[in-house]
Amino acid sequence: MTSEPTTEPSGGLRVDLSVPGRTHVELTADVGSVVAVIGPNGAGKSSFIRALAGLITAHGTAVLDGTDLLQLPARDREVGMVFQGQLLFPHLSALDNVAFGPRSRGRTRREADRRAQDLLDAFGVGHLSHRRPGELSGGEAQRVAIARALATRPRLLLLDEPFAGLDVTVAMGLRVELANHLATYDGIAILITHEAIDALTLADQVLVLDQGRVAQRGSPQEVAARPATDHVARLVGVNLLRDRTDDGEELTTFSPRDVTVSLVRPAGSARLQWQGPVASAQQHGDAVRLLIDTDPPLLADVTPQATAELGLAPGREVWLSVKATAVSRYSTVTHDR
Amino acid sequence: MIAALDWRTLPSQLTSPALQSALWLSAWTSTAAMVACLVLGLPLAWVLARADFRGRKLVRVLVTVPMVLPPVVAGVALRTAFGRTGFLGEPLLAVTGFAFPFTAWGVVLAHVFVSLPFVVLAIEGALRSADPEYDAAAATLGASRWTTFRRVTIALAWPGIAAGMVLGWARSLGEFGATITFNGNYPGTTQTMPTLIYSTRQSDQDAALAMSFVMLVVSVAVLLLLRDRWSGTP
Repeated sequence: MTSEPTTEPSGGLRVDLSVPGRTHVELTADVGSVVAVIGPNGAGKSSFIRALAGLITAHGTAVLDGTDLLQLPARDREVGMVFQGQLLFPHLSALDNVAFGPRSRGRTRREADRRAQDLLDAFGVGHLSHRRPGELSGGEAQRVAIARALATRPRLLLLDEPFAGLDVTVAMGLRVELANHLATYDGIAILITHEAIDALTLADQVLVLDQGRVAQRGSPQEVAARPATDHVARLVGVNLLRDRTDDGEELTTFSPRDVTVSLVRPAGSARLQWQGPVASAQQHGDAVRLLIDTDPPLLADVTPQATAELGLAPGREVWLSVKATAVSRYSTVTHDR
Repeated sequence: MIAALDWRTLPSQLTSPALQSALWLSAWTSTAAMVACLVLGLPLAWVLARADFRGRKLVRVLVTVPMVLPPVVAGVALRTAFGRTGFLGEPLLAVTGFAFPFTAWGVVLAHVFVSLPFVVLAIEGALRSADPEYDAAAATLGASRWTTFRRVTIALAWPGIAAGMVLGWARSLGEFGATITFNGNYPGTTQTMPTLIYSTRQSDQDAALAMSFVMLVVSVAVLLLLRDRWSGTP
């Protein structure tokens, strides 16, 4: 977290808001940056961006380019929002959906339609402008929804799980397109996601929410390398061990690739050994990824040959060990709350 | 009913001036009542569906009362309120020189009174089933409350609103008790189809049967016409 003093009328976003009983978030973002918000269900991610959009009431401040958004009604905030499940108006064509914002902000029909058509073209769905949302595929509808949110030239763009519910290949294509748009977008984007890849490829800053609080923040690389929550560890596919200390937690991570699986107790440090039954086995790239029901549950990658030789089917009792040189240790200081 | 019709005398029955004037009166008063129900009922339904305020239950009960009230009692109630000496009718007469009873507008008033609950409840149901998240989406796009109401809420609830209007229109067309109690049964001014059928039935059964047949045809025709219209606009 950078903490250089922000000079008063400068651009950017400075948030310190709370939605009672749901979430409390502090966030600073520079103009042109992308913030990924990750966390398990119920962590307060949606509450946070709905509060920024003005759809639920919140206390505190959310200063965007010098104005406190929380003092304005939703329609005056100049915030674009892409809703989970799109929420395109079902009775309007794609063009009218995208033109809705500019029209509501006082543009003439001609101007609004031209702006809408330009955006639909930019997202590769210009030829579908006359179609109703019900006649669009999931990926097409999501492109229209993003175009609609951008049509009013918002200074803050909020995306609530824009790839949820899309087919894997469709999501991948859209991810690339969105990355291109966000690279040229001069506002600030906040993206809620359940996918590690979104946080890693699209974001400049990652905000990890857990139980309504900021559990971790940092660059995608930092968060991926040193996850502070089980949720993020699972997302990026590493093992995380946590030990409570007096002033926080000592965390240990290691890759599933560095875990050795054996049927007998291995020699070496007892601190990095575990015993438990195999809970599941799945193909993962060219390896087999095992989930072992130890305390805490751990992941281990083994070769298909080893899987066959050791008979690593669910239920099989195994020993796990990891070399002390393969683990990374760090501690979390209890965060500024 | 159709089997009992005397088809030879039907053409002459249908061209009788009494029937034509009653049919016309029924048609325009029902339509006027439907428009009035929409103008009054839409905001009322919106308030009941979307606003959260103390006394909402009371408002809904008051709106629903005419639905469960026997129409004759509704006519008596209207008479008490809007009669020349009624608590609303007397000041109205003093200020404008106009009184509702025994006029075509009295017929419209009686229609509105009995039809409004049907229209309000139907529209409220339609507004409730329209997802308020769409209103939220419109707000983030900078739409004012009025724009949102007009271009999103109403547009999404339109099939239900139309159904409510047809229901109200049909209820008005068949309205008998409140109309005759409040306005009497004067040919040309307050004699609608149902009251005409009622008085004709006492002297000429065949003519009453022919008139009833006309009502049946009109009702079915309107229903079919609107069904086709709806299926075109989802």
